[in-house]
Amino acid sequence: MLDDFFVRAIVAGTGVALVAGPLGCFIVWRRLAYFGDTLSHAALLGVAIAFLLEIDVTLAVFVVSMTVALSLLWLQRRAGLSADALLGLLSHSALALGLVALAFMTWVRIDLMGLLFGDILAVSKADIAAIYAGGAFVLAVLAWVWKPLFAATVNPELAAAEGMRPERANVVFMLLLAIVVAIAMKIVGVLLITALLIIPAATARRFAAGPEQMALYAALFGVAAVVGGLFASLEWDTPSGPSIVVTALAIFVAGLIPVRGLIKRQEGRT
Amino acid sequence: MLQMPQSLVRLDKAGVERAGRWLVRDIDLEVERGEIVTLIGPNGSGKSTTARMALGVLAPSEGRATRAAGLRVGYVPQKVAVDWTLPLTVDRFMTLTNPLSREEKTAALESTGIAHLAHAEVRNLSGGEFQRALLARAVARRPDLLVLDEPVQGVDFSGEIALYELIADIRNHLHCGVLLISHDLHVVMAATDRVICLNGHVCCHGTPQVVAESAEYRQLFGARGAAQLAVYQHHHDHTHLPDGRVRHADGTVTDHCFEEDGHHHGHDHDHDHGHKETGKGDASDAR
Repeated sequence: MLDDFFVRAIVAGTGVALVAGPLGCFIVWRRLAYFGDTLSHAALLGVAIAFLLEIDVTLAVFVVSMTVALSLLWLQRRAGLSADALLGLLSHSALALGLVALAFMTWVRIDLMGLLFGDILAVSKADIAAIYAGGAFVLAVLAWVWKPLFAATVNPELAAAEGMRPERANVVFMLLLAIVVAIAMKIVGVLLITALLIIPAATARRFAAGPEQMALYAALFGVAAVVGGLFASLEWDTPSGPSIVVTALAIFVAGLIPVRGLIKRQEGRT
Repeated sequence: MLQMPQSLVRLDKAGVERAGRWLVRDIDLEVERGEIVTLIGPNGSGKSTTARMALGVLAPSEGRATRAAGLRVGYVPQKVAVDWTLPLTVDRFMTLTNPLSREEKTAALESTGIAHLAHAEVRNLSGGEFQRALLARAVARRPDLLVLDEPVQGVDFSGEIALYELIADIRNHLHCGVLLISHDLHVVMAATDRVICLNGHVCCHGTPQVVAESAEYRQLFGARGAAQLAVYQHHHDHTHLPDGRVRHADGTVTDHCFEEDGHHHGHDHDHDHGHKETGKGDASDAR
């Protein structure tokens, strides 16, 4: 079954969406959308380093993303700049460094478009194994850190006062995000990773009555976007990564209009 | 539960400095089991900062903050803004930091009078309702130490009286220590054992004057209010002037309250007004 590239794409994309949804909820709740962008831009530097040192691309991207995330935590304490300025600094510096480094390596010919927009149709069985192993790890750790992380999201002071150790939860969260960026890069590309994190979570917000429910719905909407987007790209011969994001957007828009009317009608009845 | 005779939390000459400015300094504070301590002071006087040091959220820049081992804290922060992107019902909010059975949740919500709001979204609550939800959550943890940062804000007068009754009940029931921050400089909870008046440092401390028997206050607060409220008489040996300087009992004016020896702690001492520190160190009480 996995011999067909299209089936491999769906399996891989589903794996990424299942992990991106719950993590994306925290990004939405904590207003960290730009942070996701920063990590994904840093991914390009990771790719350059992987070529330079001839190491595994996913590993290099993870290490660079993690470094950027920890630098952010460190700079926030020291530099006296606001978080958005620091994110802008880190994000574009890492992207530019990556591009410059790649330009120096004239012997390396890499598919820049593939990097920016992903190539889900080219995933191998080994990639799928990496996605599911990494994804299972991320979800397990997220479940373990859920309570303190959620408490810290609602109110860091309250969490700290009541022994939830929000700082530790935050570092773990960044680690998980770096892993997801590293494994999702191949699927949607560095430019669109944030979309896969945020759009399903934003769609889920309207339907969810609680945080756990929202995480579950986000994962399901993400899977729907992956499957729908891949079939759409097959049908109309469009690039797969962007097609997935466009489908996610379509689901979001579809979720906007009829539901409000239905809820009103239901309220009117009771 | 802790059964130790020593204090639940204790600050020794603790202070917090930020960018060369002392938010608070030389704070001595102790809360024991079963005791209600009220912190009062003008805006910017460091009440919340002091409470946060006691909670361990903020590490003191000097001095020491010690908490009893295994201390279980219930905290009602001054401001909790729940983002609209967060779907959070009161019911789910109750179990934010520890699991509770359905009965425990209901009992806590009933005690603060908002059991009917269990399934309401937190961000749709009014200020007073949210205060009650915060309190219910903190109490349901059965804390050793309850820290309340202006718990009666956004609550009307009769609600305030009811909340004070509730806090006294909680203290009697759980036999916990209570550290309460109040925005009111003169009227405090009657059940308060000790009042500490802050203005960047401990200006004075003492016990409130119970007013329940005074006919005038009875008229002013109503019978139920007078039973729950007390008046605190300040005995300051110095006055914080609007420009941030300090006038001492003998009429001298200095830039500053702080002295290396922390002399202003006692009330019966001689001032030697050799304030050498120049500074903006004192939290201004002008605001």
